[in-house]
Amino acid sequence: MSQTTSSNARIAEIVTSNDVVLFMKGTPLFPQCGFSSRAVAILERLGVAYASVDVLQDMEIRQGIKEFSEWPTIPQLYVKGEFVGGSDIMMEMFEAGELEQLVTEAGVARA
Amino acid sequence: MGMAADEIVAMIRAALPDAEVTVTDLAGDGDHYAAHVVSPAFAGLTRIAQHKAVYAALGGRMGGVLHALQLTTAVPKSLS
Repeated sequence: MSQTTSSNARIAEIVTSNDVVLFMKGTPLFPQCGFSSRAVAILERLGVAYASVDVLQDMEIRQGIKEFSEWPTIPQLYVKGEFVGGSDIMMEMFEAGELEQLVTEAGVARA
Repeated sequence: MGMAADEIVAMIRAALPDAEVTVTDLAGDGDHYAAHVVSPAFAGLTRIAQHKAVYAALGGRMGGVLHALQLTTAVPKSLS
């Protein structure tokens, strides 16, 4: 298996086995980047249960997620296997009430 | 390292000529920016697609030399 294929398979597995997953730099307790920190704060405010993947601990996923999502930056949020966006989009959606609507419609568990 | 604000505006306008582009240097260090891009070309596009159009305009610099660019996009009020 090529590296891209194996990282794609791993990412597909992660986004389908977790309702809400944030690919980020660092951990929710210790984010290593302001944008990741902002994404965590939004999810905490939203009060949903979420998984997180620290891309700094996994070079294959760090590169692979950018290709998988066709999105150049981290953090990246997935809900029910669908790419939602990075921290800017999360903030815009949060402020517009659209993120709340999305997780409600997706039937995501609350934290 | 990074890009000058003028350079960011010029690249976005080159790809989206009718866009209104406002770039703010958040930290005054030429490295942390916020960009607000308003373009009629965004009409009917999802937020993801709007942001991707701006990232495409920046030709691969996003996530590279441009680490910290906060981006917001919108369709002009007259069209929305």
